[in-house]
Amino acid sequence: MSVRDRPVIEVEALRMQYGTDEVLRDVSFEVNRGEVLALLGPNGAGKTTTIEILEGLRMRSAGRVAVLGVDPAHADEVWRARVGIVLQSWRDHAKWRVRELIEYQGSLYAPYSTEHRPRPWDVDALLAAVGLSAHSDMMLKSLSGGQRRRLDVAIGLVGCPELVFFDEPTAGLDPRARRDFHELVRLIAQEFDTTILMTTHDLAEAEQLAHRIVILTQGRIIADGTSPELARQIVGEDQVSWVFSGERFTRDVPDATAFARELLLQHHTGISELEIRRASLEDTYLALVQAAESADVRANERELEGTPR
Amino acid sequence: MSTTITGARAGFGRGLIELRLAFSGAELVGQVFWPVATLVAIFLVRDVSIGAGYTLDTFILPGTLGMFVALGMLLVVQQLAADREDGSLLRAKITPQGIPAYLIGKLVQISATIVAYLAIVLLPGLVFVDGLDLGRPGSWLTFAWVVVLGLIATQTIGAALGSLVSSSRGAGYLSLPILGLIAISGIFAPITALPEWLAWIAQVFPVYWLGLGMRSALLPDAAAAVEIGGSWRPVETAMVLGAWVVAGIVLAPIVLRRMARKESGSRVAERRERALQRVG
Repeated sequence: MSVRDRPVIEVEALRMQYGTDEVLRDVSFEVNRGEVLALLGPNGAGKTTTIEILEGLRMRSAGRVAVLGVDPAHADEVWRARVGIVLQSWRDHAKWRVRELIEYQGSLYAPYSTEHRPRPWDVDALLAAVGLSAHSDMMLKSLSGGQRRRLDVAIGLVGCPELVFFDEPTAGLDPRARRDFHELVRLIAQEFDTTILMTTHDLAEAEQLAHRIVILTQGRIIADGTSPELARQIVGEDQVSWVFSGERFTRDVPDATAFARELLLQHHTGISELEIRRASLEDTYLALVQAAESADVRANERELEGTPR
Repeated sequence: MSTTITGARAGFGRGLIELRLAFSGAELVGQVFWPVATLVAIFLVRDVSIGAGYTLDTFILPGTLGMFVALGMLLVVQQLAADREDGSLLRAKITPQGIPAYLIGKLVQISATIVAYLAIVLLPGLVFVDGLDLGRPGSWLTFAWVVVLGLIATQTIGAALGSLVSSSRGAGYLSLPILGLIAISGIFAPITALPEWLAWIAQVFPVYWLGLGMRSALLPDAAAAVEIGGSWRPVETAMVLGAWVVAGIVLAPIVLRRMARKESGSRVAERRERALQRVG
């Protein structure tokens, strides 16, 4: 396998434990070059832990991880220069001006420039790409939430990374800022041959942006594929309901068509109002989120009972 | 090699930006307050005689210069805590050569800030404080090497200490022993007036030697009579400050690397959460 063909991210049997608390249990997936992969899951599923391990910010308990062919736990500065990181919420360098910080950050990437990837990104072009040209002299603390997020993206991109991590990039953004961000992600993915791994708890966002979605819940991967593949993998049962002799019946079945044929064969007459409702990916995902949240509530209650007041 | 040079150059630029921010707008008042207050205090004691024809201001002025150099330690600790809380340090960590550039930036900014403090106290002081002796050939040379050794020693040690505390509150606690150390280091009264065991403790740390070094640079040789052993002890000053420089340069990168390794987005978020709980 040539270096070029090797997946940009390889995760195998990754485990993470805090004390007795198992946050990640046996997580395995790969991200290929040029791919946009969404790590989707409810809050507390282990998304941030996973991405922080891949970013080299957190030590794992067990498992094999390679990012750009290197174990991020022992990565050097050359590796750092090839990776862009956009965290959930930054509020650093509050008194610096937009252009100042981008220029400073960019200057550190200059020695890592290569023939294929000149570094850093031109500041004016970058400001234009993220729509901050008009705000380049503003102090960071006076930017709006959406502007600040665009700046964080710009700083994540200033080194022309081969791989970018986005952790919950649109959390707290208004719909307009969110759409702008989505356009920006498409731009980077298409124009700059950049691999992207993003976490989100929003299925619609994952479906819109990602080539492939990995669903993580309670520290386990329960599905991995394109959105139609996912629907086949995890969307189990369709709902069939009918009226027989004036009485209404409802049944969840894996193959609704076969079930309906059987039903009509058994009862030649007397069946009316036959209705098949195909479960959607959204329903299934919402059910997962709900299950995770109620587990969370139970855990919290246990914790509260254990705490003396 | 070129990455190291780029990092150093970027760090220097970073220091200049931080310096501008540290002295602009409302910050300026906070920056200038302590050196000006010190200057006023020195002015107020200009008629207090301490014998042998000297007044108190002559003795205190050089000592306070040493004290301000030592305060660099406190500035590093405070700024490191603030930069960990707001994620600036994490930003440095995820950027190639970001941590070295960050540290060089700190050293440049705080050193320049302290030189500004020294100028605020010394320049007017030269006009109204009698008995200073800056005409000797060695005066400015001594002044220069004591300041440079002092800045490096106190800031590298400050960086190591700052890495050990995880919050602004911790940094606040750390400032108490440092202020206590200044009190026993013979800045405002000759150390020979202190109980001997206290004087011994003071002589382990750089603050006393910074004050002594400054006095040896700015005062006539006869004033050494009130010092321990009746001498400026320049060799001992260089050795103690030099030892702290070596300790700081060796320790700071180790402790800092250890601390930086633990930084991550969720840790910054955790600390922010805790900080908010304290306010609420």
